[in-house]
Amino acid sequence: MLLEDFSTLKSRTLVLAQENIDTDQIIPARYLTTTLRAGLGKAAFYDWRFDENGKPRKNSPFSGHHPATHQILVGGANFGCGSSREHAPWALTDYGFRAIISTGIADIFKSNALKNSMIPIELPAEHHDALLANPGAELVIDLERCAVEWPGHWTQDFDIDPFGRQCLLDGVDPLGFLQQCENDIAKYEAKYHEL
Amino acid sequence: MSHEAAPKSLFDKVWDRHLVRPQTEEQPAVLYIDRHLVHEVTSPQAFTELRERGLGLRCPERTFATMDHSTPTLPPNVDGSPAYPNEENRKQVQALQDHCADFGIKLFGWDSPHRGVIHVMAPELGLTLPGMTIVCGDSHTATHGAFGALAFGIGTTEVSHVLATQCLLQNKPKSMRVNLHGRLQRGISAKDMALAVIAAVGASGGVGHVIEYAGEALHWLDMEERMTLCNMSIEAGARAGMIAPDAITFAWLKDRQYAPTGKAWEKAVEEWRSLRSDDGAVFDKEINLDARLMAPMITHGPSPDRAMAVDSITPHPCGEAEGKGLDYMRFTPGRPLMGEKVDVVFIGSCTNGRLGDLRMAARVMMGQKIHPQVRMLVVPGSEQVRREAESEGLHEIFERAGAEWRLPGCSMCIAMNGDMAKPGELVVSTSNRNFEGRQGKGARTVLASPATAAASAIWGEIADPRPFMEAPRVA
Ligand code: SF4
Repeated sequence: MLLEDFSTLKSRTLVLAQENIDTDQIIPARYLTTTLRAGLGKAAFYDWRFDENGKPRKNSPFSGHHPATHQILVGGANFGCGSSREHAPWALTDYGFRAIISTGIADIFKSNALKNSMIPIELPAEHHDALLANPGAELVIDLERCAVEWPGHWTQDFDIDPFGRQCLLDGVDPLGFLQQCENDIAKYEAKYHEL
Repeated sequence: MSHEAAPKSLFDKVWDRHLVRPQTEEQPAVLYIDRHLVHEVTSPQAFTELRERGLGLRCPERTFATMDHSTPTLPPNVDGSPAYPNEENRKQVQALQDHCADFGIKLFGWDSPHRGVIHVMAPELGLTLPGMTIVCGDSHTATHGAFGALAFGIGTTEVSHVLATQCLLQNKPKSMRVNLHGRLQRGISAKDMALAVIAAVGASGGVGHVIEYAGEALHWLDMEERMTLCNMSIEAGARAGMIAPDAITFAWLKDRQYAPTGKAWEKAVEEWRSLRSDDGAVFDKEINLDARLMAPMITHGPSPDRAMAVDSITPHPCGEAEGKGLDYMRFTPGRPLMGEKVDVVFIGSCTNGRLGDLRMAARVMMGQKIHPQVRMLVVPGSEQVRREAESEGLHEIFERAGAEWRLPGCSMCIAMNGDMAKPGELVVSTSNRNFEGRQGKGARTVLASPATAAASAIWGEIADPRPFMEAPRVA
């Protein structure tokens, strides 16, 4: 898959304040029988968005928000815990999200998100609290500077895996990068040849 | 002047040994992977990626596949075909069979006597060995850490990286040691220990870390129990859980199909003996827990860290999340959970689907009947577990009690194969996740040990297994 260009993003937030939002919430297991990556947006947070009869829930945090204008998901602490399914970021990016903000994002989800051009951002609690309290805030995310700005309020730097960031900014392909390590891999194998 | 090497942890040792390229400021380490385990759910898109790029497998001989998540646990159809609940499941399994055939991967499929939940069957075959790096597109890969391997879950993109290059780009995680003092009391299992650890660490307490479990309590755990403990490391947010291999490990592995033999075995054991944390090894975090104080545990909210002793009372929620969790579970704060009506009991999964788990449940259920309102599924973790359990007659104990004895698979742990609970049903489950809807839309899951699950099936309500465990009973 080609990585999309991404240096700055200006968009509104959609807030899901709950802690420990696991990947079973992001995409329920019954949608994992697919053998494709595409088209999972319809399953994103399905049980939060739709009731037992498949009708949109009126009180869902998603109702009334267009994915095109709300591309930043602000989630409660420990976002993306649980299963390693990459279907979770596939579903979220297909739905339209480009960035995830929380105080803490689970390891595998974080790594999966970055590989799918979705920026995982961990903010200090005070800024996170402010975003939870102000759903729909318009933020500017600058991947070049690794900073989030809530114009008129604050600007905050964030940490991101430097290599993952470089892949997004410069279009480096991680698999291609690994293939270029062939010499080192072969050397390693020669040294420890046994299975 | 001789210079003492800095003390290393078990994790450091395994990590360092697998560095193809060290980590730098700009680049993650290139880590060599000894074993790659593949199942049908998280692999199809990785194979597609390889096909699109025209790539093959770098080391098919290091790659092993089975099918477990989408597979039915009901007996085959009259024509002998598997009883898939729908076409999607069938297609997904078919895709794995096709990919394995095309790429030359050893698949333990329908015709194999070793098919099973991937984290149950791989150790059984001796595919899991101390000191290895093991990955799988599955977060419970941590299970294999029980043997002193560095084993962790990866995403599908990374599955394609390993298939193509046998390597992964990884930043070195932090380390954490969980010291377990004393010995578990009679009737308390490794599952209870795992839940107690997760409750102490918290669902995110292990994020960014590899846990090493250490301490006296481990000497009293057999390999199956150690796997149960390591299995749930991810439920505390950790990438992996590890236990230093010892005589128990070596005895368990000896003569397994893929374990080394003869001289190679002796040499391997010699090397494996060094796989333990040096005195003075430094951990980024360290916690101490007393195993002697642990009780049978159950969960009261839809997160595995919301665990408490089965005979205690639900907490008054601290924070909105805990309150919401109790609401979802329809539990009242400050009340006992014992006596809460149970609809479904599930015994199985990569956490508690091994022979020892089934024996524990059978011991409680021998000569008993499950409550008429309860539906109970007992799902062996692998074909091998099924054979062994049947040769001991465990299936008859379950069936006579009124439980269903199924074919191996993930089954109700992830509820992808048609085995699931109905909305609102309360499930006492020996699996590892009690997330909202994990076992079916609206299903309410309480995590527990096989003994607690079995006792609850008999009573028809959440029950303490200890009275069933006190003396050996005759049927
Ligand atoms: S038994 Fe459950 S946790 Fe284990 S591999 Fe299967 S679905 Fe995953």
